[in-house]
Amino acid sequence: MANPWQNSILVTDNITMQFGGLKAVSNLALNIAPRQIVGLIGPNGAGKTTAFNMITGVYKPTSGKITFDGNDITGLRPNQITELGIARTFQNIRLFSSMSVLENVLLSKHVRLKATPLEAILGLPRYTRARKRHIEECMDLLEQVQLADVAHEKATSLPYGKQRRLEIARALATQPKMILLDEPAAGMNPQESLELMEFIARIREQFGLTVLMIEHHMEVVMGICEHIVVLDHGETIAQGTPTEIQNNQQVIEAYLGAVDESA
Amino acid sequence: MDRQKIKTFLTLGLVLLSCLVLFWGEQYLGKFSTRVLNLAAIFVILGASMNLVLGFTGMFSLGHAGFMCVGAYVSAILTMSPESKEMIYFMEPIISPLDKIHWPVFPAILTAGLVAAFFGFLIGFPALRLRDDYLAIATLGFGEIIRIIVTNTISITNGSLGLKNIPPIKSLWVYWGFAIATIWILKQLINSSWGYAFKAIRDNEIAAEAMGIDIFKHKLMSFTIGAFFAGLAGALMGHLITSVDPTMFRFLFTFQILLIIVLGGLGSLTGSVIAGVLVTVMMEVLRFVEQPMNLFGLQIPGIPGMRMVIFALLLLVVILFYRQGLMGTREFNWDWVLDKVGVGRRKEKGVGVDG
Ligand SMILES: Nc1ncnc2c1ncn2[C@@H]1O[C@H](COP(=O)(O)OP(=O)(O)OP(=O)(O)O)[C@@H](O)[C@H]1O
Ligand SMILES: [Mg+2]
Repeated sequence: MANPWQNSILVTDNITMQFGGLKAVSNLALNIAPRQIVGLIGPNGAGKTTAFNMITGVYKPTSGKITFDGNDITGLRPNQITELGIARTFQNIRLFSSMSVLENVLLSKHVRLKATPLEAILGLPRYTRARKRHIEECMDLLEQVQLADVAHEKATSLPYGKQRRLEIARALATQPKMILLDEPAAGMNPQESLELMEFIARIREQFGLTVLMIEHHMEVVMGICEHIVVLDHGETIAQGTPTEIQNNQQVIEAYLGAVDESA
Repeated sequence: MDRQKIKTFLTLGLVLLSCLVLFWGEQYLGKFSTRVLNLAAIFVILGASMNLVLGFTGMFSLGHAGFMCVGAYVSAILTMSPESKEMIYFMEPIISPLDKIHWPVFPAILTAGLVAAFFGFLIGFPALRLRDDYLAIATLGFGEIIRIIVTNTISITNGSLGLKNIPPIKSLWVYWGFAIATIWILKQLINSSWGYAFKAIRDNEIAAEAMGIDIFKHKLMSFTIGAFFAGLAGALMGHLITSVDPTMFRFLFTFQILLIIVLGGLGSLTGSVIAGVLVTVMMEVLRFVEQPMNLFGLQIPGIPGMRMVIFALLLLVVILFYRQGLMGTREFNWDWVLDKVGVGRRKEKGVGVDG
């Protein structure tokens, strides 16, 4: 590899996150190609969500550098990173509870408004037209993710599986190049997980997305990820294709060890 | 006739009705009732604007009285005649060019709002980076600091003596005109994309930021707008009472506005309007509890501040048993009225569309 940046959309150059005496993530080195689906797995407390939080700007890495799409994004604010094209979902669903499904998605368009608040207050055409167009775009998107029929329902009144799908839809509405999914199949039954897998594969094709996902459901991870990174106690203990990971002794031990501890 | 048309007619009808009521009030209401209603208009502005900050954006700010104080002084100094300034500032003369300034009230009231907004911007800049509970303390502190500044900049504010002979405004039209304009502007703002951004920050700050929203910028915007209207209300207060002094805008004032928005419902403009009028009228009606009373032969001396005790208890009861307040987060809308009277719906209600 002459220049690893050339073919990568996201590169984390040995990022480390230290919380007091705890190294939640140490020297994580990801190198993700565009349109790849990458899995990030590991036992509970391995540092997966922390890795997401560093990439999306919630935490500033203690050391290391993150490059996205040719930009150094280390230490940028989350909203700046979203504008550059990384969207995410949350492990514990974070929908806007006072809003409808459509309004949740519509919020992602706020930063794209060119109008001023004054134009909005006076209801001037530059604002109302843009708003109308955004509503149409969002309805289209909801159509595509099969949530159009509940567009006017309160977001938090949806069943769990749909709430997760809505979080993904809301992230998609920011028109990202890359999406980070934190345990999208959590709490889903096998049938729903399967549908979710198909859904993720479909949006990758449709929007030309790069996907980085944390997931505990091994069927899902092994089923759609092309590359897998395994964390344990913050350390990267393995990287490779699903088959390589399944046969990796260290990975098996980490997971068995985790089972032993909790048993 | 379709629903949209009916709604437009109803809105026009309501505006016309308000005008008639104001016209009637102006003609036939006594001095005292007019004054109470004008005070109610001021509290409606205060409630609605503080609700924008607390109820809609979810920032626990307690600086409203401070911004009112700024507004009241600005408008008073701008509108008082040079002669009365010369008379009133006897400890230290007022500095030039303020001594010669003699503005009409309308531009002065707007300027008062703008100056208060500027203060809001200055305070908000450091304070809004703080966590919620610290924000409350910081804004509370600001209110006190403003009072101390006002007390000590004698050549501008006349210090603890305060200002008298502020040009009076008596007309219902002015106070309610400002109140209605405030409600309309805030309603438009809250139903706009910015309003949704505020609510998103209130609902879930981390998610809002992940949706690309600049939290700090939006908080500062909401806070500054809140300060603007507080300044406006403060200015109106000065013209209603025709005198201001630093002790007028103590924390108790902010507390009363807090009561209005909690009683009306955090996150409901309609609630703030209803509770604003209700609390103001009750404040007047309950005046008797501070008078000496004869209860079944038992002599009770007048207890100043008794009304606030009653209101504090009321606030406690609302928070404990009726947290939603009168309206929760609901708003008055014609759809609800039309549904009640049984006018059928043609189209699905457009959610997220302004209006
Ligand atoms: N803000 C924080 N302050 C201190 N410690 C933290 C913080 N966030 C996470 N940690 C710690 O870092 C470690 C990794 O946490 P993280 O949430 O990244 O794990 P995870 O791999 O996502 O686990 P799970 O599968 O349970 O979601 C844990 O020990 C956690 O307690
Ligand atoms: Mg996690």
